[in-house]
Amino acid sequence: MTPAQRPGVLIPGSEYGAVVIENLSRAQIVQYAGVSGDCSPQHVDEEYARRVGGYPTVFAHGMLTMAAAGHLVTDLVGDGKVVTFGMRFLRQVWPGDSLTAQARVEEPDGDRPEAEFVRLTLAVINQHGQLVASGYATALVDGVVGEVPGRH
Amino acid sequence: MMAISWFPVEAGHIFQFARAIGDPNPVYRDPHAAATGSTGGIIAPPTFVEAGQHFDPDFLYRPEPGRAWFGSAAEPSGAPPPVAAGRTALHAETHLRFHRNLRPGDVLHTRETQGDSWTKTGRRGGLLTFHEVLREYLDADDKVVVEMRVVSVTTEHVVDAE
Repeated sequence: MTPAQRPGVLIPGSEYGAVVIENLSRAQIVQYAGVSGDCSPQHVDEEYARRVGGYPTVFAHGMLTMAAAGHLVTDLVGDGKVVTFGMRFLRQVWPGDSLTAQARVEEPDGDRPEAEFVRLTLAVINQHGQLVASGYATALVDGVVGEVPGRH
Repeated sequence: MMAISWFPVEAGHIFQFARAIGDPNPVYRDPHAAATGSTGGIIAPPTFVEAGQHFDPDFLYRPEPGRAWFGSAAEPSGAPPPVAAGRTALHAETHLRFHRNLRPGDVLHTRETQGDSWTKTGRRGGLLTFHEVLREYLDADDKVVVEMRVVSVTTEHVVDAE
């Protein structure tokens, strides 16, 4: 991954990738549960996940996957620049999984010139090559969101 | 329906959130480094609004004194889960739109409306029922800071690893 915080570095068609979670620990799932407030037993309670939920074990919050993808996004576009960010969760993420986030820089659309606006499509892939989440993000090139007149 | 009347955005909470998601960016944890960067101070990571769940009095997915907890204690389940037995509720999509960055000192509240509901038949989970919620996070001046659209799905069968 090449962090690109200077305007003009993210050229349409270029692709970036980074390992954003490596060998996901149960402790990290618990850590995320604690800080996000979502202690749903399917994420933190092995007994429940197996015996009541019917799952092979606990699995990570979708929003942990999204946050990990957000790590790549903000490393690429810079701090405080994200305007939109969305993900669809397609497959569960299990303890021991390693996730790679991928971003492709798209052509600008609408009335936003390339010099001012970055549009990314996102994918998160597990260690088996399976797509676990897909999404998008848009970001400003200059300034931070909400603090440059006319930019939001 | 989730309604938050008081969601204080605090530097220590942002620090812990950034640690939990595995992001060492100083803009989330180092006030001196953050002050010299483009944001002029600490901001929250994009998905931080999810932590507003702590401040929703009706949020079901945490133990609360005086309320039966459906997760395990000595036995696998102490109480019925919020979703009917044999089905499972999963998070399908989240979409965020930012009007400005969240910073320590912000105090947010939410405004929430129900979106669409729809069904489809899935490959792995049988009949899938989707439900959409639209949530705005507003600041103390009642200005929208973040818009969030969440789609959840209730599956007919447990969806697990293939």
